[in-house]
Amino acid sequence: MISEIFSEAFITGIIGATLRISTPIILATLGEIITERSGVLNLGIEGTMLFGAAVGFLVTFATGSLWLGVLAAAIGGMLLALLMAVLSVYLGLSQHVSGLGITIFASGLAMFIYRLAVGAPIVPPTVDPFTPVAIPLLSKIPIIGPSFFNQYILTYITWILIPVVSVFLFRTKPGLRIRTVGQNPFAADTVGVNVNLTRTLCVVTGGAFFGVAGAFLTLAYQNMFLIDVIGGRGWIAIAMTIFGNWNPVMGTVGALIFGFLDALQLRMQTLGVELPFHIFLMIPYVITIVALVSVSRKATVPAGLLKPYRREEKGG
Amino acid sequence: MIGMSIVKRKPLPGWVRILLPAAAVFVTLIITAIPILLAGGNLWKAYSTLIYGALGTRFNLLETFVKASPLILTGLAVSFAFRARFWNIGAEGQLLAGAVAATWAGVYFTWLPSFLLLPVVIIMGFAAGGLWAAVPAFLKTRLKVDDVVTTLLLNYVMIHIMGALLFGPMQEPGSSWPRSPEIMQGAFYPVLLARSRFHFGIPMAFLMVLVIWFINTKTVFGYQAKGVGVNIRAARFGGINTGRVILKTALISGGLAGLAGVGEVCAIQYHLLMEISPGYGYTGIVIAMLGNLHPVGVALVAFFFSIINVGAQTMGRMTGVPTYIVGVMEGVALMVMLIFLLLTEYKIRWKRS
Repeated sequence: MISEIFSEAFITGIIGATLRISTPIILATLGEIITERSGVLNLGIEGTMLFGAAVGFLVTFATGSLWLGVLAAAIGGMLLALLMAVLSVYLGLSQHVSGLGITIFASGLAMFIYRLAVGAPIVPPTVDPFTPVAIPLLSKIPIIGPSFFNQYILTYITWILIPVVSVFLFRTKPGLRIRTVGQNPFAADTVGVNVNLTRTLCVVTGGAFFGVAGAFLTLAYQNMFLIDVIGGRGWIAIAMTIFGNWNPVMGTVGALIFGFLDALQLRMQTLGVELPFHIFLMIPYVITIVALVSVSRKATVPAGLLKPYRREEKGG
Repeated sequence: MIGMSIVKRKPLPGWVRILLPAAAVFVTLIITAIPILLAGGNLWKAYSTLIYGALGTRFNLLETFVKASPLILTGLAVSFAFRARFWNIGAEGQLLAGAVAATWAGVYFTWLPSFLLLPVVIIMGFAAGGLWAAVPAFLKTRLKVDDVVTTLLLNYVMIHIMGALLFGPMQEPGSSWPRSPEIMQGAFYPVLLARSRFHFGIPMAFLMVLVIWFINTKTVFGYQAKGVGVNIRAARFGGINTGRVILKTALISGGLAGLAGVGEVCAIQYHLLMEISPGYGYTGIVIAMLGNLHPVGVALVAFFFSIINVGAQTMGRMTGVPTYIVGVMEGVALMVMLIFLLLTEYKIRWKRS
């Protein structure tokens, strides 16, 4: 068994699986980081992802086009995020409760629409999913090639988005504006930034990320829609946002740790190793809680998070 | 361009607040008519079969009570915590903790005299839920860790603890399914009405409504918890040990959710299963908000949610409208209520700029 674990095939397999499993979590985490940097905690993430998974699947199922499915998932996610923005930004309602409301609403709607479209067949319908695309030359490198450079296009896009989001938030003017809105909306308003509009744009952008993250699960990772397809990945992304200190690169590291543990657990099961795999699945949550304890001592939380901005109520 | 601003308004009379949930329910039914119509359902038939399915026959009515009891308990759990601004999103995990503890005692405490078994099972379930909620409360008060995220994450930790137990030491011998052995007969909740599942846990849930109402309005602790919720700094200056109040609140809140888990094991399934709760803990959050964090409001809303849950089964069979409409209704109801609550304190002013 030991020799199996250190074989080349096993290592490539596990790296490849880690990257696949972490893709939707990285995407969702990036979306949540953009959202929270502007001062909004979007707990609608879990439901928005399920909605993206359902809509993406159904559009592809109906049209046969995978990319139309991805587009539909992004638009669906943006619409739900817009609703979130209306409730929490413009009306200034509790971000916690509006987010949970969106999750409950979107989950119900996703399953409702899915049932309506396909009925309740014994075998769930499937689509021809995305297939991995080998990058010429690079994919020939031993171990690294087949694991890193034989992935889904959505995974490559996700990896390009990590530096893009990072540079955008920390090295550009709009990024600075977003962070100011999240840190000190009153100061941002004073220098002429439209706080509510900025927040809405960030929430809606985040929604697109959530929707596509959900669609990845039904169009690439699997080829069907199941009710528990998201399985708490949205909450994991919330945790990774905090774990990563609201920084895309660190958030990705967290998502990779999660992906690795999940991949390892899956491989061990297929090898027939008797492992309490639930203990494995629990580790990322426990690590995150421990990370929360250490984060809470530092003041990296966007200071304006959770606070609706009302110009009339300075300091309120 | 038209701008919008939100300004405080004069307090509305008390009767408006009481009528609010009813108005929210009404608006919700109007909004959810859209997906029902899109599903090709006849609106009148859909809503009437919904009501008939939940209340129309003796059995259905009693089933609605059966379904209401865990919802009342999780709704109370969340409302009690929210009242003190302990943001307990973790009722689901606390419910599971209660279910695990109840199963453990119910299956393995064979040495207990049988008349003691049920009380021990209930107490263990309450304690397990309470302790599981005490963890995030401790992290919040001692280490200033955000309670929303920790309570949420602890739900998943508990799911996986349960999974590890059900695939391991608590798995029914000879079974390949993740489920526990059946609990002993002595741990069953007595059925109170023949030819139904109307069990002991239902009057207990209603009793808890009274208990929480009593704690809230008639005890020093109830006032302190309220004080902590309204203004924690003022409460501290007023000499209240806020950390202790939050910890006690968490113990009671988690305990109530734990009781919901005990009920699912001892009155419905008699085994512990991974699917023991269809998300009662999360629904409890919606119920608490709709019930305006008031125990009586919680009981009424929980009963209403039970009606749509039980009734949707009949509606689904009779009209072909998918039962998942329930989730849509719950989400819409929550958002409508949030907006209504906002409008009791603020008014929206449109202006041209």
